[in-house]
Amino acid sequence: MAEPKTISITIDGVRTDVAEGKTILQAADAIGIRIPRLCFHPQLSILGACRVCIVEVEGQRNPVASCSYPAAEGMKVKTSSPLLRRLRRDIVELLLDNHPRDCQTCERDGHCELQNLAYDLGVRERLFEGERKRFPVDKSSRAVTRDPEKCILCGRCIRVCEEVQGVCNLGQQSRGFMNTVAPAHQADMADSVCIHCGQCVNVCPTAALVEHSSTEEVLEALANPELHVVVQTAPSIRAAVGEGFGYPPGTPVTGKMVTALRLMGFHKVFDTNIGADLTIVEESAEFAARLQRNERLPLLTSCSPGWICFMERFYPELIPLASTCKSPMSMLSSLVKTCYAEKNGIDPDRIYVVGIMPCTAKKYEATRPELVTKSGKPVTDAVLTTREFVWLARCLGVDFRHLPDGDFDSPFGMSSGAADIFGATGGVMEAALRTAYEKLTGQICPDLDFTMVRGVTGMVREAMIQVGDRSVQVAVANGLGNAKKVLDKVLSGAKQYHILEIMACPGGCVAGGGQPYPPAGMDVLDPELAKLRAKALYAIDANKKLRKSHENPELMRWYSECLGEPNSSRTHAMLHTRYNAREPRGIR
Amino acid sequence: MKNEHKLPETVLTFIDECLRRTHAESYLIPVLQRVQNHFGFLPKSCLDEVAWRMKVPYVKVTGVATFYHFFSFEPRGKNRITVCMGTACYVRGAEKVLSRFREVLGLSKGRNMTDDGEFSIECARCLGACALAPVVVVNDRVHAGVKPDDVPGIIKAIRSGKAGGVSARKA
Repeated sequence: MAEPKTISITIDGVRTDVAEGKTILQAADAIGIRIPRLCFHPQLSILGACRVCIVEVEGQRNPVASCSYPAAEGMKVKTSSPLLRRLRRDIVELLLDNHPRDCQTCERDGHCELQNLAYDLGVRERLFEGERKRFPVDKSSRAVTRDPEKCILCGRCIRVCEEVQGVCNLGQQSRGFMNTVAPAHQADMADSVCIHCGQCVNVCPTAALVEHSSTEEVLEALANPELHVVVQTAPSIRAAVGEGFGYPPGTPVTGKMVTALRLMGFHKVFDTNIGADLTIVEESAEFAARLQRNERLPLLTSCSPGWICFMERFYPELIPLASTCKSPMSMLSSLVKTCYAEKNGIDPDRIYVVGIMPCTAKKYEATRPELVTKSGKPVTDAVLTTREFVWLARCLGVDFRHLPDGDFDSPFGMSSGAADIFGATGGVMEAALRTAYEKLTGQICPDLDFTMVRGVTGMVREAMIQVGDRSVQVAVANGLGNAKKVLDKVLSGAKQYHILEIMACPGGCVAGGGQPYPPAGMDVLDPELAKLRAKALYAIDANKKLRKSHENPELMRWYSECLGEPNSSRTHAMLHTRYNAREPRGIR
Repeated sequence: MKNEHKLPETVLTFIDECLRRTHAESYLIPVLQRVQNHFGFLPKSCLDEVAWRMKVPYVKVTGVATFYHFFSFEPRGKNRITVCMGTACYVRGAEKVLSRFREVLGLSKGRNMTDDGEFSIECARCLGACALAPVVVVNDRVHAGVKPDDVPGIIKAIRSGKAGGVSARKA
């Protein structure tokens, strides 16, 4: 392939060489000049809608949008001038005029890109006073709340939903003053093809899209003396929650997180990791059985609730291939409300289980009618995102950075390294391979690091793994847009795998829809951010003695005391679930 | 009126034709026009069926349909009356013509179709026939220089099956 041509341009007097085809904004970014921006997102297509990134190009009569304007040889660009400052300020003032004036009471206060931009541009008074658009808030979805009045029509959510996730649920509807971003027919989110992944929440610059809040119900439960309130934390939380308290991305803060939860009043702090170990033991037994009989292959992993919802709407014909295992969260919740309740003599209806998850789809999962106790109550009572947990800690006066390290409570506190890596794309596969290898061959797995399935970049990763005398074809996809590509190949017969791991979010749970908004200088969906968080998880795994799920002694005790054999009718009744095709069906 | 509208055979054939062409999705607007020609409006179920058959996400179909004023989501009457509200027609009294139509047809505020489904009324931005202002189009027949007092006569003529006006193609 020919080398891309290099051209040289001058930005604010600085000469720089860039590859042909790069935009002015990209060229400026590379030399440390950050042109203000709003609708632009480096991982999404270029829209050029907001015009905040305008610059002056010598020889051009009018300012141009630098996000979409390609750099050209000899071009002289000014990114800052009295004219540009005034124009940008006008643009943002006009946006603010059509925006509620409730910053102090807004969910995104302090994390709002519009607020920050207005501050950076020096908007200190509101000059325009006009009529404001009025729309009701859509709280129908258990995962994503949509407030069209706060929407500035930047179109990032539309692009992430279509380009990254391949769902295409959101779009601009109607025109002019009535223009709004909504699902088809301006239907409620709950009646749309939304798969609850929350990536729209992640990329939204304002509070037009936020997670459905569950903090009030959790606070109420904590204050209720009748309840035994139990919390569990997902594998990926420990590598991301620190960012909410000022730690750099990729700082593991497991110990402080446990202490914080205890201070917040949770009676038991359990680790979803043991649920992950349980999932692996069940899923690899299921996989081994299917592999030996050569039926219903490839096995599709089922931990990611966004992916499960996507399958039910977009690929219902693949439902028989999906592992019937509940997600780690639901497995642990089920175990808490059965075996644990029985053993400790607690009425399951008096146990309140809270999951701290990187995920908005987990909020939806908790409400699934299949995942209930004998008395019909949900096994998981409430799900908080990582962001909600950070807020709750602040609200309850927890000084996170100064907390000593704590340990998870037994009997759900011990986990293998295989469970920690669940939080990154490829992690479930690697964890399953460690256990399936030993189960299928009866021998000790020689190398626990299946590095060929690691990596947070968007591509589908494939590998052939020798398990005894069998060659096992595995594939890993993250981001549903990528998953779509590989699933179409599976359906057409172009690809034959034995096991396929799919995580809905690009990079896996570490970049889930409920994770902290990125620190300054980083964008949501930034592969670097996912990489740093994933690296922390792999480091935790590498430093653990216990690295295989089926060797977790605490878990094995639950099997011998309560569960019986893996993949047996008893575990199927307790730990497995079923899926249903859902309307409206997605168009793929 | 039926709740579930199914795409008529002619539209299904047209969609199949489009799907054989390159950039099939670019025929979305012609497809929607045919649906509207058939029903007089775009029923929700038909939008979903178009999306499904053309493999265009629902939200893009409704996005296009809600963008153009030409498309309507409400059922229309057997006789469609369009009053031009463009600048020329407006200054020559189109608003009075419109309110007279509403009065004669007994349409209260917010209602655009008579209870018997015989008449519906809508406004147009500009029909491009400014020299004939104020212009009213009834079922593709153009009435030029309409005065409020002409309205009862126009309605009466339609009721008795007379077309009146000039064919839109000639005008």
